Amino acid sequence: MFFNSLLTNFAALEVGQHLYWQIGNIRLHGQVFLTSWILLGALLVFISLGTKKMENDPKGLQNLLEFLWDYIRDLARTQIGEKVYRDWMPFIGTLFLFVFVSNWGGALIPWRLIKLPSGELGAPTADINTTIALALLVSLSYFYAGLSNKGWRYFEYYVHPTPIMLPFKILEDFTKPLSLSFRLFGNILADELVVGVLVFLVPLILPIPVMFLGLFTSAIQALIFATLAAYYIGEAVEEHH
Amino acid sequence: MLAFNFFGATEGGLFDINATLPLMAIQVVALTYILNSLFFKPVGNVVEKREKFVSNNIIEAKNKLSEVEKLEADLLTQLQSARTEAQRIVSEAEDESDKLYKEALELANNEANASKEKARLEIESQTSAARDQLSKQADDLSELIVNRLILEK
Repeated sequence: MFFNSLLTNFAALEVGQHLYWQIGNIRLHGQVFLTSWILLGALLVFISLGTKKMENDPKGLQNLLEFLWDYIRDLARTQIGEKVYRDWMPFIGTLFLFVFVSNWGGALIPWRLIKLPSGELGAPTADINTTIALALLVSLSYFYAGLSNKGWRYFEYYVHPTPIMLPFKILEDFTKPLSLSFRLFGNILADELVVGVLVFLVPLILPIPVMFLGLFTSAIQALIFATLAAYYIGEAVEEHH
Repeated sequence: MLAFNFFGATEGGLFDINATLPLMAIQVVALTYILNSLFFKPVGNVVEKREKFVSNNIIEAKNKLSEVEKLEADLLTQLQSARTEAQRIVSEAEDESDKLYKEALELANNEANASKEKARLEIESQTSAARDQLSKQADDLSELIVNRLILEK
């Protein structure tokens, strides 16, 4: 198969190799959990340091965290609307922080230096399981948001301007998580691959601009994911007359 | 679990979907709750408290400013009225002094005229008295001359 030969050619990059953990008869991608635990641990330490001594006149880390909070609030408020954004702000913020920390952590930390028996450490968002998990959570959230806010009237949304829209709106429920997960997965994996290939071919200087581009893409992808999630929730709770 | 092995490998591959997916979902949901209690709630409380504080202060300052403006306008009208009042008093006093001056002048003129008239009348009476006396003396003298002439003859 073509793909197989492609894979063996990039053997040094170990694409599609995983560190398998076997628990009972379920199998997990260990490298995804390892990196996500390290990154989320760092995030939680950072946040607890910043919120340890909250003052009315913010100093240092608290300033940064308040800026972050404000940024997430603005994002949630503009997409979801004044009425219910408060309920969804933690979820949107968590998505943003998780994706952002995962992307940047994957790009900034030289995971390659840590040797694993199989596979390699990298951004947790470069694993399709993670992105599908996030996308499905977004789908569940907007269904829950719509149903809890409007009850059965939520389904009016499917025939909203005209009933002709019904098949398209149903299709959208499938394309939304699909596009969300594959966009994030594809971007981050592609970035890792490009950097990996360049480092493999030209180990000096040349990969640096691509790495910066990767950091940019990573941040943008986090913003896109959070914004789209908020937009879908906003769409579901929106009252149209 | 689902296992799409698009890349032909019996194990692994880019699209190897397994129990990582639900566990990651659970992990993200747990993270949402943790971040909510560690980050979103406390920071939100502080930020919103400060926003309330700031907006309250702004409202208070606006109220005070409008009060100051009202007082200023009040003072300005008071000043205006005081100024016109002062002007009125000054012009009144000027008028009065003018009147007093005129009155005094008239009085003095009258007095002067009266005394002049009196003096004139006196002079006239004295003149006529003197003339009478003179004519009487002339009469006496003429009588005397006549008598003398008659006697000598």
